[in-house]
Amino acid sequence: MTSVAGTPTITFTVNGNIESHVGDPFQRLATILRDEFGLIGTKIGCDAGDCGACTVLLDGRQVCACMIPLGQIDGTEIVTVEGLGSSDNLAALQRSFLHHGAAQCGICTPGMLIAATELLAKDAMPSKAMVEDALGGVLCRCTGYIKIVDAVVDAHQFLAPPVADSPTSETVGTPHPRVDGNAKVTGQDLFGADGAPSDALWLRPVRSPHARAVFKLGNLDAFCTAHPGLEAVLTAADVPGENSFGVYPDLKDQPVFADGAVRYRGEVVLALVGKRTAVEAIQFDALPIKWRVEDPVTGVTAATATEAPAVHISHPDNILVEGGLRKGNIDAGFTAAAAISEGQIQTAFVEHAYIEPEAGFAKRVGNRIEITACTQAPYMDLDECARVLGVGKDAVRIIPSACGGGFGGKLDVSLQPLLAIAAWRLQKPVRCIYTRVESMASSTKRHPATIQARAAADQEGKLLAIEMTADFNTGAYASWGPTVADRVPVHGSGPYFVPNVQIQTRSIYTNEPPAGAFRGFGVPQAAILQEQLYDDLALELGIDPFEFRYRNAIRAGLPTATGQKLEASVGLVKCLDALQPHWNKSRAEAARQNENHGGSRRRGVGIGCMWYGCGNTSMSNPSEIRISVSNSGRVTLFNGAVDIGQGSYTVILQICAEALGLPPSEFDLVHGDTDRTPDAGKTSASRQTFVTGKAAYLAGRDLRSQILRLANAGEDANIARHGSTLRVRDTGHETTIDLTDLPAIDEHGTVLTGKGRFDPPTTPLDENGQGNPYATFGFAAQIADLEVDMELGTVHLHRIIAAHDVGRAINPSLVEGQIHGGIAQGIGLALMEEYIPGRTENLHDYLIPTFGDIPEIDVLLIEDEEPLGPYGAKGIGEPALIPTPPAIFGAIRHATGVKVTRVPLLPHRLLEALKSHDA
Amino acid sequence: MMAQIYERPQTLDAALGLLSGGSWDILAGGTDIYPASAAAFAWGGPAPERILDISAIEELNSIEETQDAYRVGSQVTWTRMIEADLPAYFNCLQQAGREVGGRQIQNRGTLVGNICNASPAADGVPALLALDAAVEIKAATGCRTLPLSEYILGNRETAHGAAEMVTAIVVPKHKEHAQSTFLKLGARRYLVVSIAMVAALIETDEANHITCARIAVGACSAVAQRLSVLESALIGRSLDELTNELVTDDMLSPLMPIDDVRGSAAYRRSAALVLIQRALGILSPSERVAS
Repeated sequence: MTSVAGTPTITFTVNGNIESHVGDPFQRLATILRDEFGLIGTKIGCDAGDCGACTVLLDGRQVCACMIPLGQIDGTEIVTVEGLGSSDNLAALQRSFLHHGAAQCGICTPGMLIAATELLAKDAMPSKAMVEDALGGVLCRCTGYIKIVDAVVDAHQFLAPPVADSPTSETVGTPHPRVDGNAKVTGQDLFGADGAPSDALWLRPVRSPHARAVFKLGNLDAFCTAHPGLEAVLTAADVPGENSFGVYPDLKDQPVFADGAVRYRGEVVLALVGKRTAVEAIQFDALPIKWRVEDPVTGVTAATATEAPAVHISHPDNILVEGGLRKGNIDAGFTAAAAISEGQIQTAFVEHAYIEPEAGFAKRVGNRIEITACTQAPYMDLDECARVLGVGKDAVRIIPSACGGGFGGKLDVSLQPLLAIAAWRLQKPVRCIYTRVESMASSTKRHPATIQARAAADQEGKLLAIEMTADFNTGAYASWGPTVADRVPVHGSGPYFVPNVQIQTRSIYTNEPPAGAFRGFGVPQAAILQEQLYDDLALELGIDPFEFRYRNAIRAGLPTATGQKLEASVGLVKCLDALQPHWNKSRAEAARQNENHGGSRRRGVGIGCMWYGCGNTSMSNPSEIRISVSNSGRVTLFNGAVDIGQGSYTVILQICAEALGLPPSEFDLVHGDTDRTPDAGKTSASRQTFVTGKAAYLAGRDLRSQILRLANAGEDANIARHGSTLRVRDTGHETTIDLTDLPAIDEHGTVLTGKGRFDPPTTPLDENGQGNPYATFGFAAQIADLEVDMELGTVHLHRIIAAHDVGRAINPSLVEGQIHGGIAQGIGLALMEEYIPGRTENLHDYLIPTFGDIPEIDVLLIEDEEPLGPYGAKGIGEPALIPTPPAIFGAIRHATGVKVTRVPLLPHRLLEALKSHDA
Repeated sequence: MMAQIYERPQTLDAALGLLSGGSWDILAGGTDIYPASAAAFAWGGPAPERILDISAIEELNSIEETQDAYRVGSQVTWTRMIEADLPAYFNCLQQAGREVGGRQIQNRGTLVGNICNASPAADGVPALLALDAAVEIKAATGCRTLPLSEYILGNRETAHGAAEMVTAIVVPKHKEHAQSTFLKLGARRYLVVSIAMVAALIETDEANHITCARIAVGACSAVAQRLSVLESALIGRSLDELTNELVTDDMLSPLMPIDDVRGSAAYRRSAALVLIQRALGILSPSERVAS
């Protein structure tokens, strides 16, 4: 018998190198690779084999390194992403990923590459179906998988060495590869868990397993003393400043540490800080916490019942905030109607399910704190941490790590205040990595919505009125609940001209997870019912649903629900024009198929339209961008628009380069460090391309005009950089600017600075919700073509055709990637995703779409230029998702006659609806 | 997170010796122990205390053909099963293997682990019931063999004692031309826990009359169940004349489905019926021609 208890030496090969390691044989290979061998390209998304981010090759086979004990790898051969290629010598597969834009946030990319490597070793030219089967064990939340499949199928075409493109400044409108793409496809981008000082202590939050309870803490000092390696147990009493946070300045209702009471399962009660092995060994039932569990308030109906206990004593009726809009005369609209439709819908909590759980570290530098973590909003993190520490804002520095997906879930602070308090108090660096379960249990969710509405149209199918009341379950804390209550009234009537509109919304506290920002802020939920009602009206009036939308589509000059008259870039009609032939063809095919085959499968084709305002609602949300030129000829772009995978580092550079007139390759890039980059606001509200992009354009133009002035050259002159000189050529003559001759304005030798600032023009909304809430809107229409299995209630998507008015596609590849990914999340929202605290708080019970759940997607880019935007561009992040669920539900209805009332439409719900529809 | 004791014996005798001296968590492919550890760790629960890693035991690592059976050792992974050259009636088990998790899980997870974990939704169990599999259980003191239906007793509950381990699954040989199939229903394509699943195996005589039928349904009761009334009803019928009407709701009485996040009890019952009909359709010759 060979015992491996104790400390045996394990010898194995990693990426061709023979390595040995002594350690706990039950340790996960993923942890060993990252922590002992520095192979941080192997990412950890769940530690449970559910996401595949940690996929490595073990003796040529793909395995999840999170489920391989160190004890089993003696004598084996391991290949990680670091073994595929290096940043200056990429493998063909990696180049194909770059070319296709197959990496967005990049957190799943190493796992995808490894899984594909197993496949390509057997078959260099696999079919799409083979790729899906081989990579099906890796989840991606950004891309919708389509570009990943394309990249693997095409990998063999990249076997020849790459040919360098000649640099050009004409970059807007081209599929410029991601500027951070090389780091993504080599696994070397540093995410929140990928780097921390080697002497950092570990912080492990202890969370409430109860949805509602009060608690008392016992002697924590004694507990700490009794556990060697544990340096501190932090509680509410340890917060130097305010023990509260929240995205609204007047709504800081969420404690960093619960103070005697918890309001949802997953809330932080205390934090264990110390050596990793010490904090990880502690079992929570050993902690001196005495709980008294109370009945939780679950769901908005219970929360608004007369006897309901208050979640917060400040809000005895549990109503956080109300929103509303009133336009025209709603009664007159319904009185004049030839057709009226009515309906209601209930949606679920939806989890962002970014593959990177929250992670980061903090260190105290003198009397300042520096926090490196994944985030969508570094400046908001800065404000929150300063407040929690009770220090000035200049004492806080936020350095965003690479962000492995956000989708709204990393707008709120998560571990930043915990890390800040711990590092501040202990005066040592402190790191923290959330487990998948605690990420899901603690982070914000999409608001469950309970919506009733009715709509009216005249005989010609012209919309007359829509009336809607919507309750949003905002969970235990406000987060972005007020935003949802405000955004839904503005958008709730859809992208149509409706003369009479009345919409009332409420955000309601419950003892459930805080619901916050998630791609669309409540608009996707409302659009499901609103589009269904318009389908009803069309059906009742005998008008084709497509034609009905065409007749009512908002056009330039017509007033919106808020009375705003959009004068330009109102591209819905153009989207519909592009879709018309596809609609006619698919509907005809579906009719033929259903007539010929009938039986257990019925085909349906549906359409969903949407509009979405870019930027904050009637609130200032400026962005600033700066470019500097140094006396040595360095051109640096200081870009604070955090790239969470959507591509803002690339798009902002493209805009800036084109505006300045130098190729993107000429720029050094500084990203999102609050000490170094000006505030470009948060990465949310589909605002970075439009708002920060415009600032980048203005910064580029500012610098260009200074250079042209120095050269006394005209507007059309050509600028080139040669070493520390700029050469400006203008109709035949060339002027050379020697940068070393110019006076430096700072210690970096900066001689020229271009600055741009843009704050989209909006006006406040009055008491009836009237005004100009957004400077521009994105528009889109999507067609879903699918089959319903009438006996099993399952939905089989064939195709989605997506027409999106993006103003101008600065980078068509990235725009397509956003649309694919938004559609994938829309499919999940419609058909499978339902977060239930305590029951679906992992990635095998909570289902997000996999490779096999995404149909073919055709993207039709419509460019109805927005005069305010950079080169005509506007946002795409949220618009990509919103029309997908209505299109799917419209198609299901077309196939079966069933209207959705409960989302997600899981197979058992659809089958039940089919049976009661037949009855 | 550390196990307090971790043993990785090289021989079965050594493993059985350790088992006789106390209780252990047996680790093979790790695809159940690590997810369970992650779930426990997140809420401050305990780590496994004593791990017995059986992955180094060579004698458990084969699919052996004996005179009247195939013996699948407890090291055999789903991938090995999928890629093995076996008679056509193993189709249901190989198909089930392709539906287990993703490739990473198939490459590590073992068939024996699947039955020992005894999840009501274990993908391997219906197919193994259809194949009439038995479970070989060993202890230092001896060896016993149980039919699979007597081995899995309930949700995560099995018949093997603390001093025992499952060393193999034994699949008896069927008639050469026996056919089988497997259907799994989930709410997404890959990496999905079953809502319901069906495995069916059929033997026929020269006249194409059914001489043996085993139909098993998973995820619709605490333990996957065979449907004996349906099986009896199929005996003697011509395989060419199977109709959906043959399968009736009352034949599903062994099933006791529950409501959970994946589906309602009523849905599971109704889906099981449809899956059985479709599985039989796949096994009937006309369907094979059509597909």
